[in-house]
Amino acid sequence: MKVSKTNKILCLCALVILTQVTTTLTGTQYYLTQLTMAAYYGLVVIGLGVLMGYAGQISIGHAGFFAIGGYISAAMTTHNLVQLQDTPIISFCSQMGLLMERQDIYGDQLLTFAPWAACVTALLLAALIAFFLGIPVLKLKGHYLAMATLGFGTIIYRLVLATPLFGEADGISEVPAFTLLPAIGSLPPIMVSGDFGLRVINYYLAWGVLIIGMILLLNLIDSRVGRALRSLHSSEEAAEASGVHTSGCKVYVFVISAVYAALAGVLLTHYNAGIGPSEASVMKSVRYVALVAVGGMTNLWGTLIVGISLTFLSLRGVFGSYDDAVFAAILIGVMLFSPAGILSLRGCLLPSKQEIAPAKEENL
Amino acid sequence: MLELQAVHKKFGGLHAVNDVSFSVNEGTIKSVIGPNGAGKTTLFNLIAGNLPPTDGTILFQGKAIQGRKPHQVAARGMARTFQNIKLFHGMTALECVMVGCHTQSKAGFISGMLNTPFARKEEKAIRQRSMELLQLLEIEEFAEVEATSLAFGQQRAVELARALALNPRLLLLDEPAAGLNIYETAEISRLICKIREMGVTVLLVEHDMSLVMEISDEVVVLCFGEKIAEDTPENIQQNPEVIRIYLGEDE
Repeated sequence: MKVSKTNKILCLCALVILTQVTTTLTGTQYYLTQLTMAAYYGLVVIGLGVLMGYAGQISIGHAGFFAIGGYISAAMTTHNLVQLQDTPIISFCSQMGLLMERQDIYGDQLLTFAPWAACVTALLLAALIAFFLGIPVLKLKGHYLAMATLGFGTIIYRLVLATPLFGEADGISEVPAFTLLPAIGSLPPIMVSGDFGLRVINYYLAWGVLIIGMILLLNLIDSRVGRALRSLHSSEEAAEASGVHTSGCKVYVFVISAVYAALAGVLLTHYNAGIGPSEASVMKSVRYVALVAVGGMTNLWGTLIVGISLTFLSLRGVFGSYDDAVFAAILIGVMLFSPAGILSLRGCLLPSKQEIAPAKEENL
Repeated sequence: MLELQAVHKKFGGLHAVNDVSFSVNEGTIKSVIGPNGAGKTTLFNLIAGNLPPTDGTILFQGKAIQGRKPHQVAARGMARTFQNIKLFHGMTALECVMVGCHTQSKAGFISGMLNTPFARKEEKAIRQRSMELLQLLEIEEFAEVEATSLAFGQQRAVELARALALNPRLLLLDEPAAGLNIYETAEISRLICKIREMGVTVLLVEHDMSLVMEISDEVVVLCFGEKIAEDTPENIQQNPEVIRIYLGEDE
């Protein structure tokens, strides 16, 4: 019954390739766009899944980290620095190769930070904020932690809505493509961009990032630190007595999940060529939490599958204007009938070996 | 090994531990007994770092440890078990013991995520050592069973194995026989003696007098936060003050 981690990953890779081939053969390549976006959202959800499910720390502020990634990267790659180009700082950045020159749609000169520099800055900033937010906030437990992270999410939301640099209610548009590898010879360039011609490449790129992210987290869960995280979830006192530095572990896993959210924000912003304030909204944070809960708190695969499928359906507009309502209804249903997540329903249909084994031993 | 010097702990107006001093010699088993509310568990929490003492000094292997965090105390070689067993939900018995190896290993977040050769090698060693500890406590057959679904006595043994995984110099046992029947208690007392033979010093809090009198080298009696006696088990049983506390005064 038990499928190894490697086999599951291989199955996922096969499924990703199969989906792409099918859409090409049936001429339904437009699905790839939403599948790409869903993969990036999936990155946020699995990062949050490790924080919530394994380490047992809730965060209703993850849209905030997603927005930090997206907005920092968008602002740095669109804000024109032409008037500042003679200042020492900007010319230093220029010499370091941190800047990118291009023309805007009116043909005027546009000097901005290069996407990779923006990306690194955004990730570092998200990590720093998570670190300094985490130290005081992760001392809280349960509802109190939920309220505190909710507060953080709200602050980020109102900040992007109020700051002219972040485009206020309009958000930021015309974010350039993020070139990871320039075109070499006849090979096409690898860049994060919503360009139709690059749809297949971007699909594989997004899923590649997601699968690598997934492998890293699965490794983490099975590692020494992962065990420490799971132990502190169950009993902080006993974990401490076993020598686990619980507050440190909590802060680090918080930082990791924040970086996952920020990376998703950066990449999706370049893919969509823009970002709007709704990405930072509290409703988004709640949705991420709901996806983790529906997928099963301590089930990273369930979180991934549910996160991707529901996000895909939502992006396709299947739920129409009732989007958030449908998510909430699914959440209520899962909490009532299968609190351990949708995949745990398998147990009702076919009892797994694991459930039979302990019963036997009790009879000894 | 462990030395308490005039340790006090006040909770508001309550003097839970009042001027308690005693020491635990290397390689011995020492018991702390006393009626309910005598401050035994508070004393344990002071030693293990869960609570800071209001006043006084606690020396462990010659170094002051009062006010240190529990994980720092654990890293110095002091392990403990809990009165109401605290095993980890959703983890097998083996995994619980592997958590106990935390201070004996190093792999961090990054090497864990990348599953580096170093992390893999260390993981293998931890697994091996944890399995040996389960064997030592004679519960290796339950290695892959979820720890919290085991019988009570077996859960105690898993907790002991987890504590031993720290490679402790001193082991604190908080009521190791609580909730066990006489057969299981005899089993636990045999295991404690086995642990002492491995060179681990033991300090325990216990209500079960037969266990205390059988295995202890020395007994400390607490009452309302104060130490009223410290002696060998034989002498403690004869001590009129102790008898008065436990049996009440003649009218």
